[in-house]
Amino acid sequence: MRLVLRGITKRFGSVVANDSISLTVEPGEIHCLLGENGAGKSTLMNVLYGLYKADEGEIELDGEVQHFTGPGDAMAAGIGMVHQHFMLIPVFTVAENVMLGNETTGFAGSLDLEAASTRVTEISERFGFHVNPDALVEDLPVGVQQRVEIIKALSRDAELLVFDEPTAVLTPQETDELMEIMRQLKEAGKAIVFITHKLREVRAVADRITVIRLGKVVGEAEPTASNAELASMMVGRPVELVVHKDEPELGADALVVKDLRVTDLAGHAQVDGLSFTIRAGEILAVAGVQGNGQTELTEALLGLQDDVTGSIVLDGTELVGRSTRQILDAGVGFIPEDRQVDGLVPGFTIAENLMLNRSFRSPFVKNGNLRLGALREFAAEKLKQYDVRARDIDTLAGNLSGGNQQKVVVARELSRDLRLLVAAQPTRGVDVGSIEFIHKQIVATRDSGIPVLVVSTELDEVVALADRIMVLYRGKVVGIVPADTPRETLGLMMTGERPKDLKDVAS
Amino acid sequence: MSTVTDTPTPDSGGLAADTAVAPTRKAGARKLPIALGVLTALLAGILLRSAHSGDTTFQLAAESDFVTLPDIVVPSGPTAWVMVVVCLALTAEAVRRMLAHVRQPGWIPIVFAIAWMTGFLSWAAADGRIRLVSLLGGAVALAIPLVFGALGGVLGERAGVVNIAIEGQLLLGAFAAAITASTTGSPWAGLVAAAVAGALVALVLGLFAITYFVDQVIVGVVLNVLVVGLTNFMFRQVLTPNAESLNSPERLRAFPIPVLGDIPLIGPILFRQTPLVYVLYAVVAIVAYALYRTRWGLRVRAVGEHPKAADTVGIKVNRTRYRTILLAGAIAGLGGAYFSLVSVAGFNREMTGGAGYIALAAVIFGKWDPIRATLAALLFGFATNLQGVLSAIGSPVPSQFMLMLPYLVTILAVAGLVGRSRPPAADGVPYRQQ
Amino acid sequence: MTDTEKPQSDKPAPDVDPHDARAERSRSLLREIASGDALAGVLAVLLAIFVGSVMIAAIDEGVRETAGYLTARPSDFFTAVWEAISGAYSAMFRGAIFNYNLTEPAQQWRPLTETLKFAGPLILGGLGVGLAFRASLFNIGGRGQMLVAGGAAGWVGFQVDLPMVVHLPLAVLVGMAAGALWGGLAGLLKARTGAHEVIVTIMLNYVGYYLLFWALTKEWLLKTPGSVNPKSPPMKDSAVLPDVLGERFNLHFGFVLALLAVGVAWWLLNRSTLGYRIRAVGENPHAARASGINVGRTYTVVMMIAGSLLGLAGVNQVLGTVPSGVSLDLDAGIGFDAITVALLGRSRPLGILAAGLLFGAFKAGGFTMQTSENISVDLVLVVQSLIVLFLAAPPLVRAIFRLPAQEAK
Repeated sequence: MRLVLRGITKRFGSVVANDSISLTVEPGEIHCLLGENGAGKSTLMNVLYGLYKADEGEIELDGEVQHFTGPGDAMAAGIGMVHQHFMLIPVFTVAENVMLGNETTGFAGSLDLEAASTRVTEISERFGFHVNPDALVEDLPVGVQQRVEIIKALSRDAELLVFDEPTAVLTPQETDELMEIMRQLKEAGKAIVFITHKLREVRAVADRITVIRLGKVVGEAEPTASNAELASMMVGRPVELVVHKDEPELGADALVVKDLRVTDLAGHAQVDGLSFTIRAGEILAVAGVQGNGQTELTEALLGLQDDVTGSIVLDGTELVGRSTRQILDAGVGFIPEDRQVDGLVPGFTIAENLMLNRSFRSPFVKNGNLRLGALREFAAEKLKQYDVRARDIDTLAGNLSGGNQQKVVVARELSRDLRLLVAAQPTRGVDVGSIEFIHKQIVATRDSGIPVLVVSTELDEVVALADRIMVLYRGKVVGIVPADTPRETLGLMMTGERPKDLKDVAS
Repeated sequence: MSTVTDTPTPDSGGLAADTAVAPTRKAGARKLPIALGVLTALLAGILLRSAHSGDTTFQLAAESDFVTLPDIVVPSGPTAWVMVVVCLALTAEAVRRMLAHVRQPGWIPIVFAIAWMTGFLSWAAADGRIRLVSLLGGAVALAIPLVFGALGGVLGERAGVVNIAIEGQLLLGAFAAAITASTTGSPWAGLVAAAVAGALVALVLGLFAITYFVDQVIVGVVLNVLVVGLTNFMFRQVLTPNAESLNSPERLRAFPIPVLGDIPLIGPILFRQTPLVYVLYAVVAIVAYALYRTRWGLRVRAVGEHPKAADTVGIKVNRTRYRTILLAGAIAGLGGAYFSLVSVAGFNREMTGGAGYIALAAVIFGKWDPIRATLAALLFGFATNLQGVLSAIGSPVPSQFMLMLPYLVTILAVAGLVGRSRPPAADGVPYRQQ
Repeated sequence: MTDTEKPQSDKPAPDVDPHDARAERSRSLLREIASGDALAGVLAVLLAIFVGSVMIAAIDEGVRETAGYLTARPSDFFTAVWEAISGAYSAMFRGAIFNYNLTEPAQQWRPLTETLKFAGPLILGGLGVGLAFRASLFNIGGRGQMLVAGGAAGWVGFQVDLPMVVHLPLAVLVGMAAGALWGGLAGLLKARTGAHEVIVTIMLNYVGYYLLFWALTKEWLLKTPGSVNPKSPPMKDSAVLPDVLGERFNLHFGFVLALLAVGVAWWLLNRSTLGYRIRAVGENPHAARASGINVGRTYTVVMMIAGSLLGLAGVNQVLGTVPSGVSLDLDAGIGFDAITVALLGRSRPLGILAAGLLFGAFKAGGFTMQTSENISVDLVLVVQSLIVLFLAAPPLVRAIFRLPAQEAK
């Protein structure tokens, strides 16, 4: 099926998310949409899928102009979508998920589950998916869930498949398998739109590449284009993310973690026997694909996990078994990986957010009363110092942009008397200007002699900040290596493989 | 690796347990043996503290049976102790299974419940007579509004709409049934009116909760107050002055089903009831089947679990929710007819007396499943009837504690002490389309 | 994955996935009620009163008679409607604020003191519900908390012999403690097991009811010897809340306690660290937890305070408004009214004070309306609940009055 998008424009209030975007996708080709987060790729696909209505422009399939009023229409027209957040119902079986909205029924609307199972098995065998139609979706690994999404689309005879950031949650192997599936689908004559911001993947499978920036098409590129070319098209200027930092002035061992084990509610060890040390004035960066124990590690450091064994010793004090409050009071600063969930109270003002983890004692508390004067003075100062772009300190945190929200979190943590900084995904969803600012602050913290643990799934960030790199895979340390380790080696380690000649660097 | 499916987080009005605060621990396996052990000890304790001598008569026959079953007369003390031993054995079996890490089968709690109840009754009714037919048949009758209400609750919540307004639906149903049956002279018309009234309350619930995203619990609570106010107002201003013409409906009479009604024991309990009960059987069966086995049911459940996923496959989420809660409201409203057409003839102020909240309890205790919720409602009906029976024969257990039982059991259930309840994931979460 | 993965840009992302915008996840009840504009609020009240007026007119004899010949003489009909409605509302005014039919000033103003008397427990209850709202907890257990507290205070009130300076405060405190226990139980269960407080508090209402019922059957608890009615003996004089304005008025010290409670609640929420933590937990429990705040303990504490406030409302009834003895209807519907008060007052202490006064006036006036115009006081319930419903859905009110919709933020 041949898809033509002509002059699609979509506005949200005063923001133009898609500005007159035109695009053609041929059958039997993989067409990549490349762009930064927030560039407008997902909006465009939601327009195509009937979830949003375009303000201007038209969608044409095989020469016919379409008027979608909802996803049902788009599906009926042969468009299938594999969503970034899977649109699957966890407590339904695979067959139920696949048939939902497209049910085969018998007498009085009774479901023909048999037929659905057969259909799943059929498609599953054709593409070598190995999916059991009777399994509950919530029991399946992420990679298999994604295949269920694909089966869902194929069972509706989709001719055009849209993959929206499909690799964000996959392990490297699963990513490779997905690439293979996409090639297979292409061979079968399907048209494929592949949305991503990861250059490696684009170059691996794309037949054509369209780059989108700030809601506009900025150009097409060949899969043979270099990384640097693609990156500068995507960001709009030559990109150089080097953080300037001096050689570390290492102090004594400050944080000593031994045989740390974190078990989740289901009884699985998410962190499995970690041991590492960070010295004063050093940044240890944790690399790894999302979901390999990083979240649990940082939460265990903060006392936010329940089932923790082993030991975490900070400057001679054991932290395992202490409450979050005690750990914070012991001087641990925490930039959580999801500021919206763990970092900020969106309904509080900037000032109120700045005292969030100091609600028990001075300087903002006296005899159970808030010291609002002191808080306001402090907040006004930090607003300036950390370049938070807001009207005033009474602005609600929920109304700030991502970058400014993160600056509020950073300001709050760095203005305490720290003995350790734990920064998880410190620049996720943050604009380039704020990234530079936050990176500088983290380096400054390290230079003042404080040990820093940075967790990031962006290899760039890890390499830019780290004095040493610790690679995690399935909750275990693959290796602790110098910051100048080649990226190829790090990438390999992130899949759990440890090069034979690799030597760990001690601190 | 765990699921990353985009599950809506139910912390804005839904009734799910708050896992953000209290990560629920795995204590499942130990619960049943502990519960059984405690109950057994309790029974033994009662027997030890005040031993009753004499015989207990269990009467199995109803007055006009085709085949008359004989009475069973047992010595009350020894029988009770035998039952304690049975309970002990069952507890031991449960403990054995726990230690062997084997699944606990459903028959253990059921047999235990029967044995425990038999022991308890033979003690409580020493030198007395337990009429099983009226004990159980009465339980069914008392459970009518609870089952209707619980079914309405289950349906609504399965579609993602929390329905605290069951009480209001029952009450308005009772009100409409009384007026309509009085003016038309037909209790059947009353039933229809009750269903319409229930659906009307649901419509208002939908208007605020679905269309205007108002917190569903708030709407439900306020609707209950509104219905109380309205019906009280109308009762005083309109019904009371015109009681003859507006509030003297013909009562629904018991209608024995031929053949089925003549089966010993079961017949008189289940098949010599009012037509409303037979409607109930049909509704339970249809809802239970339809929810799991039809396209309609699949879509309802999808909308309640993950509305966005349903939307992306072309299901109109809010339309589905509206339809479902209207149906649910109609079912709950039917239950209201019990009060003014079956229990007594005529409407009275606040005559539902909190039955809607017991129905809500049954929804949760029944884990959002139509059959389980029905059983839970029957259990609560039984507890209520048992209280009546016991106070008639002069039981030493204060009746207030018997009446408290459904509520206590529900608290234990939501606290995870009696089975783990898992509500539909999007229960109580309004769906906003972009 | 050796290639560069580019950092993410950030303008306020236009294609915000609802999942990513979890911050926007509606702490819905507060936000919706707090963000409604003032105009829609006023219109909501007017709309509810309008519906009430229609009900008054509909059941009025004169109106129905004249409606029979509406086309022949419409003026009769409208006169009748006017008379019915104005009669009802002037009766309410006479019952709630100022009775112009009487001559002696003290008598004329007596209705206002009745309003204050009714407002007292509504304010206390509203504070109890509203405070829990601020922690994002829905306390529907007001009835149970009032009953248990009333029972406990009543027991102290007639079983114990003490001088007034000790007896009255003791009875009040015991009642508050019982309410705190009953409310705290729901908070504790939520903190420990995650059990949803809506369900638990509803169920505790009934458990409390039957507990009080049982207590009323035991002489060593609350039963009146020799009586079969579930009612306790009257309170001893030393445990009764004294009148504020002398014996000619029914206004007792409970209203003063309510005013004090408003002040304390205001301080608690806006100036104290505990209140700060309560609000933090209510707005985002995850962030609160990550900031070292014990969310479970906060829930428990909030529910204890809420329970003690509702308990005080129950005490107010038993030791003040109806000191003739504890009975099962001592809550007089206040446990549920409190929810509407809290909602109308937007969970802010001063708002609750105003809402409590309004609904107190409705109550006082409603009784006068019932006796003088024969219009059931239940009309007040209808109007009250309609106000809250309309208030919660400003878009609906705007649609009804055909006002332009507010641009969604």
